[in-house]
Amino acid sequence: MNIWKPLVLILPVIVVTTGVVYADRDEREGEGRGWFSSFRLDVAPVTDPLYQEECGACHFAYQPGLLPERSWQKMMTQLDDHFGDNAELVEAKRQQIEAYLGTNAADHANYKRSKGFARSIKADEIVLRITDTLYFKRKHDEVPARLVTGNKDVGSYSHCAACHTDAAKGSYNEHEVRIPGVGRWDD
Amino acid sequence: MKYLIRLSALLVCITPLSLVANPVVEQLLQDYKQQSPDRPTAAKGKSLWVLAVRVQGVDEKRSCTRCHGDSLANDGQHAKTGKTIKPMSPIVNARRYTDAQKIEKWFRRNCKWTWGRECTADEKASFLLYLTTSTD
Repeated sequence: MNIWKPLVLILPVIVVTTGVVYADRDEREGEGRGWFSSFRLDVAPVTDPLYQEECGACHFAYQPGLLPERSWQKMMTQLDDHFGDNAELVEAKRQQIEAYLGTNAADHANYKRSKGFARSIKADEIVLRITDTLYFKRKHDEVPARLVTGNKDVGSYSHCAACHTDAAKGSYNEHEVRIPGVGRWDD
Repeated sequence: MKYLIRLSALLVCITPLSLVANPVVEQLLQDYKQQSPDRPTAAKGKSLWVLAVRVQGVDEKRSCTRCHGDSLANDGQHAKTGKTIKPMSPIVNARRYTDAQKIEKWFRRNCKWTWGRECTADEKASFLLYLTTSTD
């Protein structure tokens, strides 16, 4: 009988410390890796070769799960002025890419960061720049501009892969950040 | 010997069509020929390649070399995103000029971005002759 006594005493300690460990991980990983939530932490990687080829030729192939469907739809109807560049496509390819982006958009994706992006945008708002979303701003508000826009090896907050070493896989974990000329960035 | 090199260089310059062994490019050149009575040349293509144009509403002069760089054999760099653009010369980049759709797509986009209009058939043919034959 006496063997249960220490166990009863120790049990709350185990529960509490485990909670602390997980809470800490939640904080550090940006989004929750709770016991009951899915293990898909960031955003789904790009899977469509046409999207990778056509869009990735000029810039980092931003994962569809970084913006909601309405944003992609609007963007895909104004490719002749794509943030100042001409990115026109033949209609068949344009439609195919728009469908891929729409289906995998942030508001349809079961990934933590996608949900974060989708939730951070007002329902009546159409944001075209990922960097304009509240979620993005919140995640980067501690990074001084001099390390990004003032850093010739980064240049812009739009260049995800300049610092997020696994961005191409859809992984934006803080521990993977290496800012050129600065190094690690986890506080 | 030097004379021989110069002579062969000269021959290469005046007979660009013979160097175009690529069927995709040949077909495109045929198509452009039907659209334009002008006679495209590699020399014309070269001068157009470096021609800097200022488009209304754009605060810089732009030429093809703005992104593709000064040498066809070297990497270029996207003006805005900084992404590497592979060399334009088919001598160092064998994948160039093997897909007609792709060529047309980039002519359309890049002529508009650089000059503010689409290129004519004669201009496109001249570009192709220059790009596929030059050792610049």
